[in-house]
Amino acid sequence: MSQSNKQVHRLAKGGRIDRSRTLSFTFNGQSYQGHPGDTLASALLANGVDIVNRSFKYSRPRGIVAAGAEEPNAVVQLGSTEAAQVPNVRATQQALFAGLTARSTNGWPNVQRDMMGLVGKLGGKFMPPGFYYKTFMAPASMWMTYEKYIRKSAGLGRSPMEADPDTYDHLHQHCDVLVVGAGPAGLAAALAAARSGARVIVADEQEEMGGSLLDSRETLDDKPADQWATQVLEELAGCENVTLLARTTANGYHDHHFVTLHERRTEHLGETAPLASGRRQVRSRMHRVRAGQVILATGAHERPLVYAGNDVPGNLLAGAVSTYIRRYGVAPGNKLVLSTSNDYGYRAALDWKEAGREVVAIVDARQAPAGEWVEAARAQGIKIITGSAVIEAKGSSRVSAARVAKIDIDAFKVTGQAETLTCDTIASSGGYSPVIHLASHTGARPTWRDDLLGFVPSLVKGVQACGGANGTYALGEVLADGVEAGIKAAAATGHAATAVSLPQAKQLEQGPAAPLFQVPHEKPTLRAPKQFVDLQNDVTAAGIELATREGFESIEHVKRYTAMGFGTDQGKLGNINGMAIAARCLNKSIPEVGTTVFRPNYTPVTFGAIVGRHCRDLFDPERYTALHQWHVENGAEFEDVGQWKRPWYYPQRVNGKVETMHEAVARECSAVREKIGILDASTLGKIDIQGPDAREFLARIYTNKWEKLAVGKCRYGLMCKDDGMVTDDGVTSCLAENHFLMTTTTGGAAAILEWLELWHQTEWPELDVYFSSVTDHWATMTITGPEARKLLAEITDIDLDKDSFKFMDWRAGKVAGVPARVYRISFTGELTYEINVQANYAMHVWQTLFKHGEKYGLTPYGTETMHVLRAEKGFIIVGQDTDGSVTPEDLGMQWCVGYDKPFSWIGKRALTRSDTKRENRKQLVGLKPKDPKVVLEEGAQIVFDPKHAIPMPMAGHVTSSYYSPTLDSGFALAVVKGGHNKLGETVYLPMADGQTHEAEIVSPIFYDPKGERQHV
Amino acid sequence: MSNAATFDTRTDSAIPVESPLAYSYRRSGAPAAGPESRVILRERALLGHLVLRGGAIVLDEAVREVLGLNLPGEPQGLVQDERGERSIQWLSPDEWLVIVPGGEEFELETRLRERLGDAHYAISDVSGGQTLLELSGEAARELLMKTVIYDVHPSHFPVGRGVTTVFAKATTILRRPSEERWELVVRRSFADYCYRWLLDAGEEYAIGVVR
Amino acid sequence: MFYIYCPYCGEHREEEEFHPKGQAHIERPKNPEACSDEEWGDYLFFRDNPRGVHHELWVHAVGCRKFFNVTRHTVTYEILETYKMGDQPSITADSQNQVAAASRQEGVRA
Repeated sequence: MSQSNKQVHRLAKGGRIDRSRTLSFTFNGQSYQGHPGDTLASALLANGVDIVNRSFKYSRPRGIVAAGAEEPNAVVQLGSTEAAQVPNVRATQQALFAGLTARSTNGWPNVQRDMMGLVGKLGGKFMPPGFYYKTFMAPASMWMTYEKYIRKSAGLGRSPMEADPDTYDHLHQHCDVLVVGAGPAGLAAALAAARSGARVIVADEQEEMGGSLLDSRETLDDKPADQWATQVLEELAGCENVTLLARTTANGYHDHHFVTLHERRTEHLGETAPLASGRRQVRSRMHRVRAGQVILATGAHERPLVYAGNDVPGNLLAGAVSTYIRRYGVAPGNKLVLSTSNDYGYRAALDWKEAGREVVAIVDARQAPAGEWVEAARAQGIKIITGSAVIEAKGSSRVSAARVAKIDIDAFKVTGQAETLTCDTIASSGGYSPVIHLASHTGARPTWRDDLLGFVPSLVKGVQACGGANGTYALGEVLADGVEAGIKAAAATGHAATAVSLPQAKQLEQGPAAPLFQVPHEKPTLRAPKQFVDLQNDVTAAGIELATREGFESIEHVKRYTAMGFGTDQGKLGNINGMAIAARCLNKSIPEVGTTVFRPNYTPVTFGAIVGRHCRDLFDPERYTALHQWHVENGAEFEDVGQWKRPWYYPQRVNGKVETMHEAVARECSAVREKIGILDASTLGKIDIQGPDAREFLARIYTNKWEKLAVGKCRYGLMCKDDGMVTDDGVTSCLAENHFLMTTTTGGAAAILEWLELWHQTEWPELDVYFSSVTDHWATMTITGPEARKLLAEITDIDLDKDSFKFMDWRAGKVAGVPARVYRISFTGELTYEINVQANYAMHVWQTLFKHGEKYGLTPYGTETMHVLRAEKGFIIVGQDTDGSVTPEDLGMQWCVGYDKPFSWIGKRALTRSDTKRENRKQLVGLKPKDPKVVLEEGAQIVFDPKHAIPMPMAGHVTSSYYSPTLDSGFALAVVKGGHNKLGETVYLPMADGQTHEAEIVSPIFYDPKGERQHV
Repeated sequence: MSNAATFDTRTDSAIPVESPLAYSYRRSGAPAAGPESRVILRERALLGHLVLRGGAIVLDEAVREVLGLNLPGEPQGLVQDERGERSIQWLSPDEWLVIVPGGEEFELETRLRERLGDAHYAISDVSGGQTLLELSGEAARELLMKTVIYDVHPSHFPVGRGVTTVFAKATTILRRPSEERWELVVRRSFADYCYRWLLDAGEEYAIGVVR
Repeated sequence: MFYIYCPYCGEHREEEEFHPKGQAHIERPKNPEACSDEEWGDYLFFRDNPRGVHHELWVHAVGCRKFFNVTRHTVTYEILETYKMGDQPSITADSQNQVAAASRQEGVRA
């Protein structure tokens, strides 16, 4: 392969590039050179690189077609290292920087060689329209094979396999007026809004703001139009109320004017973000904008004409040809044929000629074109062939000739003998389509306008479209349109705008455009050489015709059947042509066929910008207790409980070996049962309830009774939803006559507080009661086991006598010198004190407990041991042993239900519904495996008859299951149909590995059934 | 006096206390503030925090008499004393946050309860459950824009305003006590997440921590 | 992402601060024991699913923690009004239909 350092297509002068500096870059392994101000696309064209990709389905060589976001072919993979890989970048939107390394996304192994040609041709046969659906209908297993092959040969870009070194973030923005697009309309709108004093954000996706003004032939106040852009941008940059965001794509328009703007901050500087004063910059940023008013000044995309061979490299959009010449100083060929249906197309020929290249002919579909630019072309001596079109491009890796013939648009046929014109470039223009994508995101369906031959956006309240986005193309009108939108938007946000004096634009005399979309060929569409509609997905006019013949009438179905518009370009170039073709085949008008819905994102967005800073250590909040550091230092393994990190177990090093979880839990369990253990229970939800009606409120929200709970006492409570299903539980203590402290499950804290407020605010506002969360205020240390009293007695002034501080009492005093509330409640079945102190003192109290506890064998334990100990006692965990379909009675907890309470508490009525009274409901029982070594799987299904043919009727499932060192056996809690009346019966648990376990239904209380130990 | 239990959770002996950020300083360190620092973060630890519930009419006079501050009756209101040591902030139509120097809260609660008598209200001491982080510096506002969803533009967030809002994936109370300073009240259990977030998001402004 | 006016905070706030809580104006029967199973089932489980104007209960969870009502159009997602607990909506499906009917009448006359 040769080194190509000559920019063969670079013009000697012109363009907005900096010729004084040269940048080297690599494309598909070859080095090239370009200049600052180039895009990768303009630099490739300057270097005469014709083929930039192989097509998706047919593996045909493809070249650059457009100059902006609508480019379907020049989609590249960036990155010289694995970590820097970025897929799906449009070369037309990537600024050139020194050392840029890009590869074709499609094309394997090499875009230049036709090695895939054969496969491509086979692929074409393999993949007619509807390929995906037809293949799915074949054995489903084949899809995997096909997909792998398609992805490999077509290549859809690939994600990096190494960590991204860059950082990304979000910025929450709020403004009065958001202007999307900084072309003539957007700048005029922004100027008007800015001068009103409104907070304005202007976002533009290009490297440089100014849009079409940057390559316009027109003048404003008799000066080149770009000078006005410069002047306006200077004024806007000086306004404190204006934020200008270049290189920023509005990629999604969400509800209520919430717009996401993707700002590429360093993508033009290098493949990873360079350092700025020693600090890494944010590579790319998502602005999450809440706007009062939105102005869409997104311009219009030129439509290519659909003719045979229109995908051969060298076929470009007419407007793109002008942009490359005027903005980048590149003429992408030598001999041009222009095929157009309108006056705007002529610009390409005029620019081409002025660049000193040969215009072979302008082929105009209209019989008698007569506009200002038409006359200019005539004056330049350019040959104009009227009533005709390029019906076919010849050439394989580059256009070699254009076949031109007279056509009849209405009859859709070629009416004259085709003439072959030698050329290397064909520019085409079928008119313009307003960029309606963002308006579509709001759910508003666009409206077809026959006079424009395009859809204009329908708009929801608070959004305006102006300029090209609204189908207004004449420069003077575009500017006026922008100013009007800016003034209106500012006024709507309470900012009176003053009139803006606009520069004078010359009125351009234009003739009407012809409604040409697909160009007829001598052969019928199905047999003509391929006429491409969607270049990225290789959808042809024939494919669309076939789809309509096969019965697809809705454009949404045609789109899915042919995959039109399904590429990363969302069919920006092809969709309208596709709809027009479908309409012709169906004998309908375009508005009858309708348009498809565009969805976010407008162009691909890197995952980094979507994720922002919410990744790695900051992916999700981790909530810590005041004792977290101690747990970390003492080797705890952690379990996620909601967002909390709770110690799961504390493996110790025994004889040089770290304990397994099983060993650690067995040791921790024994310590509690035999001596004393300590648990950090700070994560339990705590709600401070005050008010004269607090007690009444508790009686309504809990299933059990509260009227007699005395100050100094605690009570376990069960909460249901109004459907009678258990939703939370916990201990509530009476602190004073009108003052209670409720505890909730760790995971339920926030939801239960909201639940209490819901009932108070919506149903019982007459009850005088307030709820406040005090979860984080208190640290809770649970000491439990036979030695608990002895340990606590050493460091407290509270009288711990068993007759004065009984089970289910609480007392206040000092523990380790710190004011504490101590609750004598138990989740282990052992003698237990829950010590609550203000969290800032927790570490001191915890450490003091250890100082004094060593001699008693004080052992820290985690949630796993807690689960085993409570399950041995048959204590439920809401959310583990219940699942929203379990009543208190299903749990055998009738003792906790106040059937005769005066108020019909939440859940009561539902408990008498026929379904909740059913005898064969799943009820909580204990399961004792016949083989004590077996620990049943949690979630395992239970059957009564293991010999029953599959599918076996399911009788229930295991909810909790552990090995108990105390029982020296596996044991489980389960819900079993009618289980309360089946004690002693055997059930079976068929496992996936073919084994079937046997277990006996027993009481869920496996240990100390009389509850004597917690009362000592 | 309403029939509620009060409890002074502080002790005046020389017992060590740990602020909610104690663990964070050990884990993540505290980058020193330098001349290049465009944001400064400072924890104002161990202050007294009380949540006051009740009708504005019930609380208004008592608060003025006992605390010497007008109860902000308008949404998002924040009132503070001249030295900025004591403040009261509107949280909802029947809820206010009072922040006072550490150790004052129990006496304040007791005096308010004496003054309010049998009226229906509630006071909850949450001093151990939250901490106050202060942000200052020219980039403080931009750092907040990365962090909270609420509009912090000066035209929308003048001095004397405070709101409860979303902080990254957690929540915060955000206040603006003066032109130069912003205050974040964060829950103890989320404090480390918030701290790490601010350090990460503040890196490009050379954030410095004053301890 | 909605932008919701909280009638208690007196300003628009981002949707992330709110939780939706289902259909508004569902009152718990005053005497549940007097309800038939069917009536109780209706109260518990049956909700409207209109195409158009809908009244919803929301809570300003990360904010003032107050519950309030939202009148929202389920097709356009436009929020037509928000109002406090205990208040009645001023915009309903009926009132909207009347407006629409009136404007159709106007159209006929014009």
